[in-house]
Amino acid sequence: MEFRFTEDQNELRSQARRFLAAESTAAHVDKAMKTELGYDPDVWARVAGELGWPGLVIPEAYEGIGLGQLDLHPLLEEMGRHVFCAPFFSTVCLGANALLVAGTTAQKQAHLPAIAAGELTATLGYRGPSAPALAEGASAVTLVAEERAAGFTLTGDVSYVVDGHSAGLLIVAAWVGDESSGELGLFALPGDTAGLTRTYLPTMDQTRRLASLRFDGVQLDKDARLTGMEGGRALSVILDLAAVGLAAEQVGAAEACLDMAVEYAKVRQQFGRPIGSFQSIKHICADMLLKVECARSAAFYASAVAAQLMADMEGGKLTEQKGRELAEAASSAKAYCSDAFFHCAGQSIQVHGGIGFTWEHAAHLYFKRAQSSRALLGSAQHHRERVATLLGLGDEA
Amino acid sequence: MDLELTQEQLSFRAEVRAWLAENLTGRFESLKGRGGPGDEHYAVDLRMDWNRVMGAAGWNCIGWPKQHGGRAVPLMEEVIFNEEYVRAGGPGRIGHIGETLLGPTLIHFGSAAQQQKYLPGIVDGSEIWCQGYSEPNAGSDLANIQTTAELKDGKWVIHGQKIWTSLAPWADYCFVLCRTDKSAQKHKGISYLLVPMRQPGITIVPIEQITGGSEFAEVFFDGATTDEDNVVGAVNDGWRVAMGTLAFERGASTLAQQQQFQKEFDLVVAAAKRNGASKDPVLRQRIADAWIGLKIMRLNALRTLSVDSTELGREASFAKLYWSNWHRDFGELAMEVLGAESELALPPAEHGPYELTTLQKSFLFARSDTIYAGTNQIQRNIIGERALGLPREPR
Ligand SMILES: Cc1cc2nc3c(=O)[nH]c(=O)nc-3n(C[C@H](O)[C@H](O)[C@H](O)COP(=O)(O)OP(=O)(O)OC[C@H]3O[C@@H](n4cnc5c(N)ncnc54)[C@H](O)[C@@H]3O)c2cc1C
Repeated sequence: MEFRFTEDQNELRSQARRFLAAESTAAHVDKAMKTELGYDPDVWARVAGELGWPGLVIPEAYEGIGLGQLDLHPLLEEMGRHVFCAPFFSTVCLGANALLVAGTTAQKQAHLPAIAAGELTATLGYRGPSAPALAEGASAVTLVAEERAAGFTLTGDVSYVVDGHSAGLLIVAAWVGDESSGELGLFALPGDTAGLTRTYLPTMDQTRRLASLRFDGVQLDKDARLTGMEGGRALSVILDLAAVGLAAEQVGAAEACLDMAVEYAKVRQQFGRPIGSFQSIKHICADMLLKVECARSAAFYASAVAAQLMADMEGGKLTEQKGRELAEAASSAKAYCSDAFFHCAGQSIQVHGGIGFTWEHAAHLYFKRAQSSRALLGSAQHHRERVATLLGLGDEA
Repeated sequence: MDLELTQEQLSFRAEVRAWLAENLTGRFESLKGRGGPGDEHYAVDLRMDWNRVMGAAGWNCIGWPKQHGGRAVPLMEEVIFNEEYVRAGGPGRIGHIGETLLGPTLIHFGSAAQQQKYLPGIVDGSEIWCQGYSEPNAGSDLANIQTTAELKDGKWVIHGQKIWTSLAPWADYCFVLCRTDKSAQKHKGISYLLVPMRQPGITIVPIEQITGGSEFAEVFFDGATTDEDNVVGAVNDGWRVAMGTLAFERGASTLAQQQQFQKEFDLVVAAAKRNGASKDPVLRQRIADAWIGLKIMRLNALRTLSVDSTELGREASFAKLYWSNWHRDFGELAMEVLGAESELALPPAEHGPYELTTLQKSFLFARSDTIYAGTNQIQRNIIGERALGLPREPR
């Protein structure tokens, strides 16, 4: 039993920290935030070209680096720490993972090499704008795919799509036939497909872009449907993998809040002493440390389960049990890390006093990111409810 | 990262399980699930017998070095042992203060003669220890102790009072912090003495606790004595040794306790399913939250175990704060899940005013978890100052 990062993973983290400290400074973030694209394409090109990050978890057979979900963890922590504005989460955690889970060999071959090379960005959309607030996963899908002889006609709306306005490849979930069919399909289509209207949505957290997609009778070929795994099950696994990735990001971001607060508490003087010598400030910081480290345990474990699941799947022996383990671990991590990050981001503002309330200080970036991250892919409440169900609560009668 | 147990670990688990199945039976059957925090007064003599049976089979102190009578098993094996022990319903370990606090302290700071004299009784399960730190005016501010020891004719003569001394009524020995140089500064001039409990100069007055039982006591020293060589570390250097013991106390607790917590958690889930609380959306949230919290407790411990150094690092700095608060919140949840039934105690038993259910004991006893071994506030000070490097408060 070993529960720690390997040397290689630590090396990856150092590399990421070096790169992001230089390329994701406050000035970079501020600049990216003001563009509709939401990131700097030159930096993204370097991320792909020099570092190969988009291909990190893509198998070598599809021209990627062939590492596992666990190796993503340190990288995502660092991206969270630096509020990195890039289509990494959408392309890798949503898009590439969707293809890896649900694509056929031909579909993987068609898109993954381009993703690995950094030439293609991707994302996943599933949530209808009219879905009930607390619905998640399949129950939030409202898009409909009508089956025709030659393929499918997609009609309806998908919203809250991360980087949906700019992604080269869109993967969307839709009910096949109509909503009552109970058959969910995943479809891959280029971002510029005819009949599709993409709208950039202004967001409170400007470091992560969202878009809505309107499908006005979009015609797709048969092979646009991802058929490597049954759609409903695939969507659940993909969203779990994404939640795990988001949780790792939340850990790094929460730690950045802690570090900022501690640094400030050491230097800011009031009443003739550093504010960090006051217990009420010190104890806030102590609680933040506890939450950061617990969040890390939860997310790290979930990453490990995700890695095992992907390995099992590649070996063609994915069991129900593994799926359940991932669901438990992902929901636990997403619930805990959402709360932990939000707590730390809020407390960091408190420790900073007035300066923490300004646009000039980075504290607001984290606070808004904490809010958007906890709303994305299901709230903490949603995930705890899912854990309760997995514990068998309520199905005894 | 490797989350699987090795072949040796699996067979170790099988060995522990088989031994418990074979031995925790017959006259020991009645001990199942008893003893431990809130229930330490239960069947003490029989639990002492059980402790000796464990010792004879080599199950006490399994993590200790071989030359001191242990099996030198790695921490993961200790975790496995604890898991199996709790699963089998093994009674609260009456010798835990010797095994987890005094033993490691002697192994680290004690003389060879002290190790030879005192460790075997802990390993074979025949001798019980208690911890004489706190005094009426020295709790969080431990260095304020006033109990004195003076050397006279080759013996330390002790005067003063300790309080909250757990297991004192049953203990054979106590490790006592005494002031041995009154002229020295607060933290200097303290010595760490090993004192036999059954002697005329010692009076033990049990204190009734919130649970109605009496697991701790006041201990009065009125000319009690111990041999000159029963001082651990140098004379007047006891503060360093005492802090060493505290580090063991704060580090060791999580693993042994988690398994017990899991058992209590299972009771709550069963109760929720039985009485319909499992359908309440708010309680469902809180039960799930408790489950996630418990899972994280285990993951934290595994992370700590996977770090090579024996130094308590950042991962370990908050372990005590974390588990104690989890347990306190969990106790409250347990009562809410039980609803009206949470009030109903068991018929009166031989000890105390009443007999409480496991969850009631847990609920009440958890209020002390955030006090002993460093209160919540002291823990947060330690995390802030040592792990985060924040400036100390003015003292
Ligand atoms: C069940 C139980 C078993 C015990 N067993 C033993 C034992 O076997 N041997 C032994 O020696 N002792 C034992 N103790 C005693 C325990 O170690 C003390 O209770 C503990 O150290 C707190 O001391 P106190 O009770 O004097 O409280 P105090 O130190 O008076 O604390 C009272 C309150 O003030 C707060 N406080 C104190 N100082 C500070 C500060 N600097 N900053 C902020 N807040 C502060 C505390 O957090 C607490 O909330 C036991 C206690 C309990 C409850």
